[in-house]
Amino acid sequence: MYKEFFDYFNNNNNVYLDNAATTQKPRQVLQIMHEYHTKYCANTHRSNYSTANKATTLFEEARVYLKNFINAQDEKEIIFTKGVTESINFIASSYVQNNFDTVIISSLEHHSNIVPWHMQGKSLHQGLEVVNCDENLNFDMIHFEELLKKHPKSFVSISHISNAFGKILPIKEISTMAHKYDSVVMVDGAQTLAHLTLDVQDLNVDFYAISSHKSFGPTGTGAVYIKEEHLKNVKAYQTGGATINDVTYEKSTLLDSPYKFEAGTQNIAGVLGFYEALKFINFIGYKIIHEKEIELYLYLRKELENINGIKFYNDVSQTIGSLSFNIKDINHEDVGILLDKQHVQVRCGHHCAQPIMKYLNIEGTIRVSIAFYNDKYDINKFIVALNKAIDILKD
Amino acid sequence: MDMSKRINQIKEDLELFENDLEKYEYIIDLGKQLKILEKSNEKDENLVQGCTSKVWLISQQNEGKIFFYANSNAKIVKGLVYILISIFSGLSAKEILDTDLNILKQLNLTEIITPNRQSGVAGMIKRIKEYALAFSKKDT
Repeated sequence: MYKEFFDYFNNNNNVYLDNAATTQKPRQVLQIMHEYHTKYCANTHRSNYSTANKATTLFEEARVYLKNFINAQDEKEIIFTKGVTESINFIASSYVQNNFDTVIISSLEHHSNIVPWHMQGKSLHQGLEVVNCDENLNFDMIHFEELLKKHPKSFVSISHISNAFGKILPIKEISTMAHKYDSVVMVDGAQTLAHLTLDVQDLNVDFYAISSHKSFGPTGTGAVYIKEEHLKNVKAYQTGGATINDVTYEKSTLLDSPYKFEAGTQNIAGVLGFYEALKFINFIGYKIIHEKEIELYLYLRKELENINGIKFYNDVSQTIGSLSFNIKDINHEDVGILLDKQHVQVRCGHHCAQPIMKYLNIEGTIRVSIAFYNDKYDINKFIVALNKAIDILKD
Repeated sequence: MDMSKRINQIKEDLELFENDLEKYEYIIDLGKQLKILEKSNEKDENLVQGCTSKVWLISQQNEGKIFFYANSNAKIVKGLVYILISIFSGLSAKEILDTDLNILKQLNLTEIITPNRQSGVAGMIKRIKEYALAFSKKDT
């Protein structure tokens, strides 16, 4: 029934189960982006005529809405970015590079939370430490504390939910432990808002990277939360229009946060679309989203358990959204192609998480990732298509 | 048979299938006809770049003709590899180097191969050309 909010499902008879890659966008998100471009298209934070003022007002309303949505304290803690990748690269470049000798990550990170550290010259045990996981991919708190004891005052950068396996990491415990050792915590929250309530104060994190397009909003938009106490130590990432207070040929004086971090014309339509996506999530409510997803996730897992030769990589505890698996003697990429030919869309590959794939001694998985708008019909059609693909591919 | 005849033959065979799934079943069956590549040749230096699955490709020259041998860890790719090898194997280096290698369009395979896989096929063709170039330099 929730598909009614999404025009995509009126135009396609696909079974869309690749929500960890991007979610579909509800009608109101598309409407406001169209309205901006057709009714009050003007640049924000510059001109003073009516349509420009309207665009600026809505843009700043979006910031306040996001602040409240994640329970930040002040809107200056909310910086709009292109998305999680840019958020992490921004903090890596403008804050971590010159302030921390060691970065600690989990075993389940997306490449966007690995490669930026390599680009800073850090590599395993040479400025980059990786926390072990157990046989169910659970974060190893004991190993984490050992690393913190060895490397206090580190920068801890951890996913909230693994995009590849749907594992939810214990961010509050991680944050408490990290702070005990004078470390600072950033969370890659790319997968979070589509599934879980976010309260950055309760989690007590220092930085939190947010995605719009994985949370029912448009692509090319996201944000990073920076706890106020850190703002003074974060350098401007890019500079240019709208970031400055005063410019002479001798020097430039920058504005305060958030403006000093948002150089150039912003993705105005994207931010407004994200604003509507957040309102849409509130309209549906996390209670319904969560109940719906848990029911579907368990149903999917139960149906998959009936398939001969299936191999899962974690149990269902502390998981949401993504479910990854392989089938004995069948290549995951082959399965993906044959599912596509039956109008079922999942992701097959390494999911931009090659290190954990190598650790598991696999090249990739078949990943089904659900959103609250999926239903048992989708799962049933996927299972039928999967069985057909297996029939074709088995020796 | 020259290269254009080989391409047309494969194209005609593929066009017999209206249903994509059946077309893929046929491609998988073609992959089963690939001559077995010795395991010792399944090493990193023989891997083709750009493929989402692993493809090992080697070549041998015999009486002025180049013969290709390959394997893949994915069945559909194995079928695509078979198609490419059946087009290029047994030609001279000059014949391979002189031909427009944009055969994906000629075979209408772009409809059934995803953009990610097209870069893999492009990688295979690039490797075939590199082998042909190496043999042609050796011959002169």
